[in-house]
Amino acid sequence: MTAHPESASAITSHLEELLEVEFTFLHVDELAISLAALVPEDRAFLLGWTRRIASTNIQIAYQFALRAIKLLDRMDRRLIEAWALHAMDTYDRSGLSSGMRIIKEVENFAHQSHERSAGVVFEDVGGIMLNFVHGLSGRRLRLEQGDAAYTDSETLFLPAVIARMQMASDNFTLCKAMVAMMWAQTRYGSFRTDLPEQLNAYDDAGRALTHFQALETLRLEACIARELPGLYREMQRLRAELDESLPAAWQHFALELGQPGASINDSLHLLAEAYAGPPPPDICYQSEIRPETVAQCMAARIAKEKILLRVKLAQLEQELRKHRPDEAKALPAQFELTDKAETEHSQAGLELILDGAPIAPPEGVRQLLTSIQLDLGEIPPEYLVAAGPGEYDPRLYEEKTANTDDVWQGTYHEEGATLYPEWDYGRQHYRKNWCVMREKEVIPVHDGFRKNTLEKYSGLVKHLRKTFEAMRDENRLLKRQAYGDNVDIDALVEALADARDGSEMSDRLFMRMHRTERNIAVMFMVDMSGSTRGWINDAERESLVLLAEALETLGDRYAIYGFSGTTRKRCELFRIKRFDEPYNEEVQARISGIRPQEYTRMGFAIRHLTSVLNEVEARTKLLITLSDGKPDDYHDNYRTQYGIEDTRKALQEAQRSGIHPFCITLDEKARDYLPHLYGAVNYTVIDEVHKLPFKVADIYRRLTT
Amino acid sequence: MEAHTLAPEEHFIRDEPYYEPIAQEIAIFEAAYQNKLPVLLKGPTGCGKTRFMEYMAWRLKRPLITVSCHDDLTASDLVGRFLVKGGETVWVDGPLSRAVRAGGICYLDEIVEARKDTMVVIHPLADDRRALPMEKLGTLLEANDDFCLAISYNPGYQSVLKDLKQSTRQRFVALEFNYPAAELERKIVANESGVAQDIAEKLVKFAQMTRNLKGSGLEEGASTRLLVHAAKLMASNIEPVVACQSAIAQALTDDEEMLAAVQELSSSLF
Repeated sequence: MTAHPESASAITSHLEELLEVEFTFLHVDELAISLAALVPEDRAFLLGWTRRIASTNIQIAYQFALRAIKLLDRMDRRLIEAWALHAMDTYDRSGLSSGMRIIKEVENFAHQSHERSAGVVFEDVGGIMLNFVHGLSGRRLRLEQGDAAYTDSETLFLPAVIARMQMASDNFTLCKAMVAMMWAQTRYGSFRTDLPEQLNAYDDAGRALTHFQALETLRLEACIARELPGLYREMQRLRAELDESLPAAWQHFALELGQPGASINDSLHLLAEAYAGPPPPDICYQSEIRPETVAQCMAARIAKEKILLRVKLAQLEQELRKHRPDEAKALPAQFELTDKAETEHSQAGLELILDGAPIAPPEGVRQLLTSIQLDLGEIPPEYLVAAGPGEYDPRLYEEKTANTDDVWQGTYHEEGATLYPEWDYGRQHYRKNWCVMREKEVIPVHDGFRKNTLEKYSGLVKHLRKTFEAMRDENRLLKRQAYGDNVDIDALVEALADARDGSEMSDRLFMRMHRTERNIAVMFMVDMSGSTRGWINDAERESLVLLAEALETLGDRYAIYGFSGTTRKRCELFRIKRFDEPYNEEVQARISGIRPQEYTRMGFAIRHLTSVLNEVEARTKLLITLSDGKPDDYHDNYRTQYGIEDTRKALQEAQRSGIHPFCITLDEKARDYLPHLYGAVNYTVIDEVHKLPFKVADIYRRLTT
Repeated sequence: MEAHTLAPEEHFIRDEPYYEPIAQEIAIFEAAYQNKLPVLLKGPTGCGKTRFMEYMAWRLKRPLITVSCHDDLTASDLVGRFLVKGGETVWVDGPLSRAVRAGGICYLDEIVEARKDTMVVIHPLADDRRALPMEKLGTLLEANDDFCLAISYNPGYQSVLKDLKQSTRQRFVALEFNYPAAELERKIVANESGVAQDIAEKLVKFAQMTRNLKGSGLEEGASTRLLVHAAKLMASNIEPVVACQSAIAQALTDDEEMLAAVQELSSSLF
């Protein structure tokens, strides 16, 4: 952190520099004067954030500074931070105008927070809320940040900040209540009707919708009171605190919809009456209902799930009836559900019946059944007919695995890709979903590369084999132990002699077999950037062959991936060997097929390979990078400090999850930045390319013993 | 009860343990016992496997010798070893040998935790030979007719390292255990702890919620045993939410976010 300037003129020049006034012609004089009037702490806070935002976009930073000064005394610091981050995220996602809108509509952001309030920020509570809603029964819902609280029946959306209550804990409860209400909408069938049609029957569909929302809220409140009484008490408390009481005209609706059997039809039935009456009450945890969004999402899901269920049932049937092939040729099987599944409360006990015998449905089928039951209120018999062969086009239900290259060439690059965040050190925060990553295959080249390499280095290969064999799991007999499987006769004789002798008798009289288990999984991350063209590439490939040979002797589990990319929109990882793949000819041909690609964006590769490595169970996990230079990317600030800091952050994440990163590099200047990335000892610089094949296996040996 | 020392083979269970059958496991176990077949109990932790063994030991009136397996458990730990006493070596039987001699029920709990080479020593006992080779003594110990071998195994761990070998598992009559159905579980919780039925019902509902979370952050949902623990705390006037937190949530996970979520679930219910 740099020291912050204090006088107005110093602030002016600081701002001029931050906001590049020379080019942007922004007026900073007044801003500087008001900043100078602040207490140093506030000033440092604002200037710090202005600088962080300026690293993303100068205009947003300027607008932020202008507005934030006025907000300081009535908005919590944490909220201001959340607001700034939200604006930057929006800028990342949908450009300058959207980001500016967030900055300019700050009042909306923390709406109704008249005083310094302690709001809850989506980012802080999202994880908890997601687990919370997964714990409740029903469909597996997703949770995302949106412009308001609403659901499309698959994803729950929450606003970025909830700050209606005075106390942070109350805002948290409010957030939880909103989540529960939206869950209840999906759970208790708020969408089991054609809502747009129902509402359009009224002159003013908008008015009908607000009344319908309120009626449903009353109905679902009663459901929650029965199902989650603890939460219901809290919800009542929130409303009492906000002085929200039910107007007299609405009392009897609440009474009627509070009956245990009340359904969506009762709400629709009462809507006509409510529509004519007074406006609906204000209920703090009521979420919006967006009929069109829900209808679209549901229509797609219902069609898809019917197909999926029938196809899965067909697979199930095949498995169950494979012992009786003649029957399988008859008509498609009709499954039945046991009676207890009919009641809404016992979804866990769902059972299918085929040929009179009950079957516990596999997890996938059970989730489909639950989801369908939530949408339709029942499982229609035609859904339970196993799909006949060829009845559906497989494209309708199979997961689409589009050819990577086709997708790159299209306009929509993110289809089927994995998104990874990236650390922006200027912002001191992650850029969400920033890198679009795909795994690709290396095109194998069958040219006898392995054979040639083994011949070329035949002396080294022999040496490696010997050293690595010596490292294999060994059973050692430990003698003179205090505890063990066998008596150590030598020790016993000595001890007896000692005892005769009058000296102290040792109690270490046993021997024990000690097994050292090597339990190591190692991931090799190979630089496939354009700069490796030529003999670096050759040396890399040769090293990999030698290493693989050595590891085969040793028996450690290993995987090899290459990485490259051009800009954040096209980050590629090349599979050379997966953990569960044997070292066969195909893998050897892929090693031979490693060709230099484009740039060296590293963060996404480390993040992805970390997650791959973390799926493997091993006591020691290593991530070894083979590289020839520092992080870099095309026409992007990745080659600056930004790339270094992102890589460093990714490595820290890996370390935190229990992985030991190590780097082997050919870059002579690496001593300038590698200690910062990997720590003082976790890297090796190899100064001559042709030495690489000789060194790599040796480095690995040193690392793991 | 005062503490007192027992030789393993004297461990008879005198009072009937509380056990609610889920399916026909009692009849199957008895039939297996009569036919001298070894038994494998499969199921998640805390669903009643050990209680079932105690119940069967009581029913069959045989001593129950339980060995909790761990990853350092060697064959000698089961079969026996030489010890040094007063300048001489003395053979001491391990728990398995004692059970084989005395005709007890030997229950190897969480067998997959034991080392692979240890598991093999039970093979000759688990087929029609019913004998335990005692390598170090150079003798073969033929089993008492009343001897019974039972092992337990939790297939829920998704680790290849903790899988039971085919050569082992194919020797056993397998009984599958799972958490009891809601109604039954409520009865068990109420019975074991003495809380009111409606509290037991809420606890079971809470358990179901945590079981919904299995796979998305929790390795396992709350077991029946944990429910009983929480219920016992409640019966001793601990507040329900606090009891759920200490007896269930903290026992399930260390993850802050998950703890908070489980806490929210319990406070929603009670």
